[in-house]
Amino acid sequence: MSAMTEQTDPMIAIQGLHKTFTLHTQNGATISALQSLDLTVSGGECVVVRGASGAGKSSLLRCVYGNYRAGGGAIWVRHQGAMVDVAKAEPRTILDMRRTTMGFVSQFLRVIPRIPTLDLVMEPLLTAGRSAEEAREQAGTILTHLNLPQRLWSLAPATFSGGEQQRVNIARAMVWDYPVLLLDEPTASLDRENRAAVVELILAARSRGAAILGVFHDREAGDAVATDTIELRANRLAA
Amino acid sequence: MTETPLLQATALTRMYGKRVGCRDVSFDLWPGEVLGVVGESGSGKTTLLNCLSAQLEPSGGEILYTRRDGRQVDIFALSEGERRLLLRTEWGLVRQNPRDGLRMAVSAGANVGERLMAVGARHYGDIRGQARHWLTELEIDAERIDDLPRNFSGGMQQRLQIARNLVTSPRLVFMDEPTGGLDVSVQARLLDLIRRLTRDLGLACIIVTHDLGVVRMLSHRLLVMRGGEVVEAGLTDQVLDDPQHPYSQMLVSSILPV
Repeated sequence: MSAMTEQTDPMIAIQGLHKTFTLHTQNGATISALQSLDLTVSGGECVVVRGASGAGKSSLLRCVYGNYRAGGGAIWVRHQGAMVDVAKAEPRTILDMRRTTMGFVSQFLRVIPRIPTLDLVMEPLLTAGRSAEEAREQAGTILTHLNLPQRLWSLAPATFSGGEQQRVNIARAMVWDYPVLLLDEPTASLDRENRAAVVELILAARSRGAAILGVFHDREAGDAVATDTIELRANRLAA
Repeated sequence: MTETPLLQATALTRMYGKRVGCRDVSFDLWPGEVLGVVGESGSGKTTLLNCLSAQLEPSGGEILYTRRDGRQVDIFALSEGERRLLLRTEWGLVRQNPRDGLRMAVSAGANVGERLMAVGARHYGDIRGQARHWLTELEIDAERIDDLPRNFSGGMQQRLQIARNLVTSPRLVFMDEPTGGLDVSVQARLLDLIRRLTRDLGLACIIVTHDLGVVRMLSHRLLVMRGGEVVEAGLTDQVLDDPQHPYSQMLVSSILPV
């Protein structure tokens, strides 16, 4: 960590986070995903989470986004100047945080069928209150950066290749300058050229001061964007 | 963020004799929020919707609603007339079967215009203009303004029913299985339309459905009902991706993969 980032207040501060899944449909079996996890991410930092599959990397990101319910501990995220504990926040507060503070790139594109790609990418901007004109322009810019040919913009992504769908996903999460970005395998299923385009976007987000927490299957991309890494092992966090 | 919920239900209960319709349901709905209510047939979701929309008197509990003028009113303490006014001026109600929400014997334009006239509009040209506007918003060709709804497809009828509801600029719309009887191709279109309208008009919405795909796309928050009670409540994606209650887990794990 550089001296400069050490001075800035954290954007994400996780304290003693626990996550356990109880599978009632499977005789109440329990799976411990995260135990006593502590972690801080400041603006301009990109912390890359490593670990074998099943170590809880995705669960960690999903807990921060409020997609998974934390089992214990606190997940403080800076939202409009104040720290909010996602683990205890009301749904409407989390929704508000997702509109303007937190962006999430998942491995799956989950959208209403038959909606044109450009509209899907404009959506986060419209939800945050931008004009249609501005939204269209910015959506076009990011799709162009991600090498998604303009002839595809008017089509729904259902028929796109995995890599194309993934880029639509990234465009949706990064078209708005969220102060906090959660990236779950953003470069999976991308070829070399497109991986580079995504790495470039992440680096740009970092230099504008975003706090980034990411999981990268692809070591090279992870190394290119990381300012720090943590290693998760099943049931515990190793430094 | 606004500090008063638009709708506040507290310990809402409706019994049918000894049988439970819905029991002890409490939640807050905020302006602009879309709330999904899911559960299997007989779980009490329609009873709940009917109580919330003042069509069915609850056996216990309270529903507070914050009117446009900022005053919070107890729905069931209002007079019948005041309640009807609320339904016409602040609320919309979209029924599963458009035939129940439309007048099939009058034109599409009249179906939309009628709601305006009920709140005092008298100028024929204005009413017709508004009707055309809302037909177009709901992607119905304005040329069909004089056609009878019975000559419309199911999807068009449903959109007409929504247009009829939106013409009076409601702040809260209740929807009972809005995509229920429609072909999947029409469903997707309608889902997109409802989502755009709620976003652009800042509408709050309570949607009852058994279709978890519909709530994933439309609702911000979710109530899961079973046996008349809410067994789980939370952010839609949280309830669907990390369900806590055994019944929610069973519902989510029962979805057939395509």
